[in-house]
Amino acid sequence: MTEASRPYTLIAELTYRCPLRCVYCSNPLDYATHGEELDTDTWLRVFREAEDLGVVQLNLTGGEPLVRDDLEALITGARGLDLYTNLITSGIPLRRDRLERFRALGLDNVQISIQDVRAADSDRVAGVRAFDRKLEVAGWVKALGFPLTLNVVLHRANLDRVADVIALAERLGADRLELANTQYLGWALLNRSALLPTREQLERARAVAAEARQRLRGRMEVLFVVPDYYRDVPPACMDGWGRRFLLVSPDGLALPCHAAHTLPGLTFDNVKDRPLAEIWELSGGFNAFRGEAWMPEPCRSCDRRVVDFGGCRCQAFQLTGRAQATDPVCGLSPDHQLIEAARAAAIAPPEVTFRYRAPTVTAPQALG
Amino acid sequence: MISATTRPRLASKARLRFDRKSTRYMLLYPEKGLELNETAADILKLCTGEHSLAEIVDQLSRKYGRDAPDVERDVVAFLQTMADRGLVQDAP
Repeated sequence: MTEASRPYTLIAELTYRCPLRCVYCSNPLDYATHGEELDTDTWLRVFREAEDLGVVQLNLTGGEPLVRDDLEALITGARGLDLYTNLITSGIPLRRDRLERFRALGLDNVQISIQDVRAADSDRVAGVRAFDRKLEVAGWVKALGFPLTLNVVLHRANLDRVADVIALAERLGADRLELANTQYLGWALLNRSALLPTREQLERARAVAAEARQRLRGRMEVLFVVPDYYRDVPPACMDGWGRRFLLVSPDGLALPCHAAHTLPGLTFDNVKDRPLAEIWELSGGFNAFRGEAWMPEPCRSCDRRVVDFGGCRCQAFQLTGRAQATDPVCGLSPDHQLIEAARAAAIAPPEVTFRYRAPTVTAPQALG
Repeated sequence: MISATTRPRLASKARLRFDRKSTRYMLLYPEKGLELNETAADILKLCTGEHSLAEIVDQLSRKYGRDAPDVERDVVAFLQTMADRGLVQDAP
């Protein structure tokens, strides 16, 4: 193992089940074919082994983590290990008394996603009627004294309303607002022509967010994550492959990111079969893109290789069919025209309809 | 703004944790963490909302054997940075 001495964050994908069907869902396209979810005791062991490895942050996510009825036990276990425990949720399905229990058990932060600022638009992206309930849940989060992160995934249909999103976040008393542009992998890549904004849209929204960041400094943290497609150089995806993040999928695969198991030719271990420390240090999948030996040109001789670590492996694979290719987002990539073509198409996109994942939980009222 | 009467406390989203690997304190908050040096940790440990800035400065200048005005300048600058990041607040 090279520089990757310890992971800081464990992303626990507790389930792929979700009442929502967001058109940019980060779960793999084949989520329905995955095996049985880990049981409570296995998750608690994973938390212990992760903490022992150096993990200090725990994200409880999914799918929708609330559909697990053992969330109380998992929060208790996590806080017993002094992990900073963050629940990343759609807010559905949740009752106020359950949220009160989470508070009593020491849950540190609640992150709620909304899809837009108006119910009809938000629900269209989520594929279910959920918006009004989400706002109600966000209200409970603050009323119970939790810090609230509001997460909004941005795309061409809501980018022009970023000012309204910020106003809503202020009204809800959010401590942190994540304005996270869609990254075009998996479901979002499938829906790319309906989601990719124009550069002008993006720049206007970015300016609005920058103004808000100044104005709200010290009260609400405003984060604006640019889509890779409008960068000239890729960001360090996951802070580099197998460097800081450790993700465990619902069925127990230990991964460097949420889509790593969709890359061909890599072997990933299951936490049911092998201790986490061994997986982190020795598994073929984790070591595949650590260091620089795997890098092709132009990455291998590029000064930025220690900054961006070659960009996103999943993006490289999904666009070029080769996981070790230079991320096409980079202007130096021989495949960069793929990104330029997508940008050009965004200026005059064809009429498109969203493609939704199938419902996995009896949903309130499915749309579409 | 941080002033002499401020009673700083950590924001509700921020939590101190001792890290066995680095043998330092970390300030953890959603999705992020800061690895603190000894001085920063000493300051933040006193940010409970119970101590005024003057009391914090007094304690630290005795601990480090430094003049209070020097310590105050450093503490105010540090706490202002933390307040701007939404990690420290003035207790109500």
